[in-house]
Amino acid sequence: MTKTVKILNLDCPNCAARIEKGIMKIDGVNSVSIAFLPQKMTLDYDETNPEIVGKILAVCKKVEDDCEVVGL
Amino acid sequence: MSKKQKTMLVKIIISMGLLSFAVFADFQGVYGLVSFLIPYFILGYKVLKDAVMKIFRGMVLDENFLMSIATIGAFIIGEYAEAVAVMLFYSVGTFFESYAVGKSRKSIAGLMDIRPDTANIEKDGEIISVSAQEITVGSIITVKAGDKVPLDGQIIEGSSMLDTSALTGESVPRKAVVGDDILSGCVNLNGLLRIKTTKEFGESTVSKILELVENASSKKAKTENFITQFAKWYTPCVVVAALLVAVLPPLLLGESFSKWIMQGLVFLVVSCPCALVISIPLSFFGGIGGASRQGILIKGSNYLEALAKAKTIVFDKTGTLTKGEFAVTEIHAENGNEEFLLKLTAEAEHYSDHPIASSIKKANKAELEISNISDTKEIAGFGIEAVINGDKVYVGNDKLMALHNIVCPNKTVYGTVLHVASNGIYLGYIVISDKIKDEAIQAISELKKLGIEKCVMLSGDKKDVAETVAREIGISTVFAELLPADKVEHIETLLKEQKKGETLVFVGDGINDAPVLARVDIGVAMGAIGADAAIESADVVLMQDNLTSLVKAVKISRKTLGIARQNIIFALGVKAVVLALGVAGVASMWLAIFADVGVSVIAILNATRALKKVK
Repeated sequence: MTKTVKILNLDCPNCAARIEKGIMKIDGVNSVSIAFLPQKMTLDYDETNPEIVGKILAVCKKVEDDCEVVGL
Repeated sequence: MSKKQKTMLVKIIISMGLLSFAVFADFQGVYGLVSFLIPYFILGYKVLKDAVMKIFRGMVLDENFLMSIATIGAFIIGEYAEAVAVMLFYSVGTFFESYAVGKSRKSIAGLMDIRPDTANIEKDGEIISVSAQEITVGSIITVKAGDKVPLDGQIIEGSSMLDTSALTGESVPRKAVVGDDILSGCVNLNGLLRIKTTKEFGESTVSKILELVENASSKKAKTENFITQFAKWYTPCVVVAALLVAVLPPLLLGESFSKWIMQGLVFLVVSCPCALVISIPLSFFGGIGGASRQGILIKGSNYLEALAKAKTIVFDKTGTLTKGEFAVTEIHAENGNEEFLLKLTAEAEHYSDHPIASSIKKANKAELEISNISDTKEIAGFGIEAVINGDKVYVGNDKLMALHNIVCPNKTVYGTVLHVASNGIYLGYIVISDKIKDEAIQAISELKKLGIEKCVMLSGDKKDVAETVAREIGISTVFAELLPADKVEHIETLLKEQKKGETLVFVGDGINDAPVLARVDIGVAMGAIGADAAIESADVVLMQDNLTSLVKAVKISRKTLGIARQNIIFALGVKAVVLALGVAGVASMWLAIFADVGVSVIAILNATRALKKVK
């Protein structure tokens, strides 16, 4: 299902694009798009898999240390 | 200012002090190095840590990495002060950058703050506030004076003045009474309203508008795609060039390594495309946000860009250029008594529900003597016969007059002519027509001034009617008597006539226009407030039924594209100059820092201009 969450403390759209790329590689994620200015991330992923959320957060942290995802 | 920004500011101020101390004290040897390293690490600790971590994760060519290399390089060749200064200015620059982005985010958020998240419902005689998402269709909500309406509905109790400016850009408040439909996003200015909801929160007008505007930035303009592509190649190329600049002149020409390594470092600093990748989308987002504030919804950056390049605008006639409602526009009485003529006609038409009859009744101000009316007979395609005060009255077209051998003048005017005769004597005529919108003439002339080369009118109406309207408004190309399918055909022809890079706009009321809207470059729906179908099918939605909005939309799009172009030229221009100076061996670190973060800040500030209202 599709979910929209807040993603805070991104420094630039480059990082946003990198996070998008990284999250797309995770198994069970169908689509992801990050809007840098409204600070929103729209995710479509398999919710029955409990590991996915952790993996998504890990990708965000990897690219941007202080990145904060609210509502996932 | 966020916490992150505050810490950054403190670090900047402390290290600025330490740096000036180190420069003044001018310690020798190791003490000198240490005095510069302290401010360097205060500022650069995070940058260096980030850079190291990113190398381990296989992400070189990151801004922090480039900065670290540049400053460490400067330390190695003995330029201590310069190394710290570079780090300092980089920090100041990123601080301003993040501040500017935050600020424009805030102003955009301010534009978007038109939707309340809670609704007041009455429970056991008390008013309580609940999340608007929980309200089901058919619930009764209460909206107090000064509050925003959270959901679409119908007023069941109370009356008030509504401020619809957040939805339409129209600043004059509108009166709303029991029975009126009310749209979410309006502000209730005075009375207490009780509203029966007709839509759920997510389906309500204000939610739809917000969704549209927020998603608009995902439809990228060509200019944005160009920048993304450009950035992909720019950074690696400049980094390779940096290496060549640092190594080739010393090896081939035998010049000093330290000078050319410095120039190579300059290249690294300039290699970040940040100024462009932030400011260009920001300009478009600002343009779309600013437009929505004026009742103009643009559904994508691509449409905004296309609108700026419009050379042809095709208008639908009825409802777009004209009001789409019939009204009495001319009364001519043979004996000069126009009031009497109108009253007599109204009496003859009294029992008819024809649109023409209702516009006559609307225009008539005199009291009707209904008891005097008898034997009303409607003859389809001709008009009406009635006996009024014992006189045989005919109201209708020239065919009706001819039928009764009454001589009438042959009028060719825009609209429908009603001839009136009583007892075989011709009394005069009344003209009923669809009125041209008040602002139409001025709007068309302004569009022409803006460089729209071709204005075209399409109409299903009769040829002479359509041509009269077009002449009056100032449109030279008219295609009349068209069926909906013909409209698409004409659009195809017009599209073929276009030069490359030009775009075609179609403006209609959004109803029955779907095939045409789908075919053109930009489909504009007018007066779409509350009309979901029109909002769905158009690319640009004018909430107000007013052609001035179209002029504004064109102006906003031009301005936004202009700002985006300024930023591209400015950012690339400055970088190109610095790179050229680097190749010549005369660029300084200061210049490089300006070309990187300085340009970013200026470009972001310029981009925020797109948010401002246009007149």
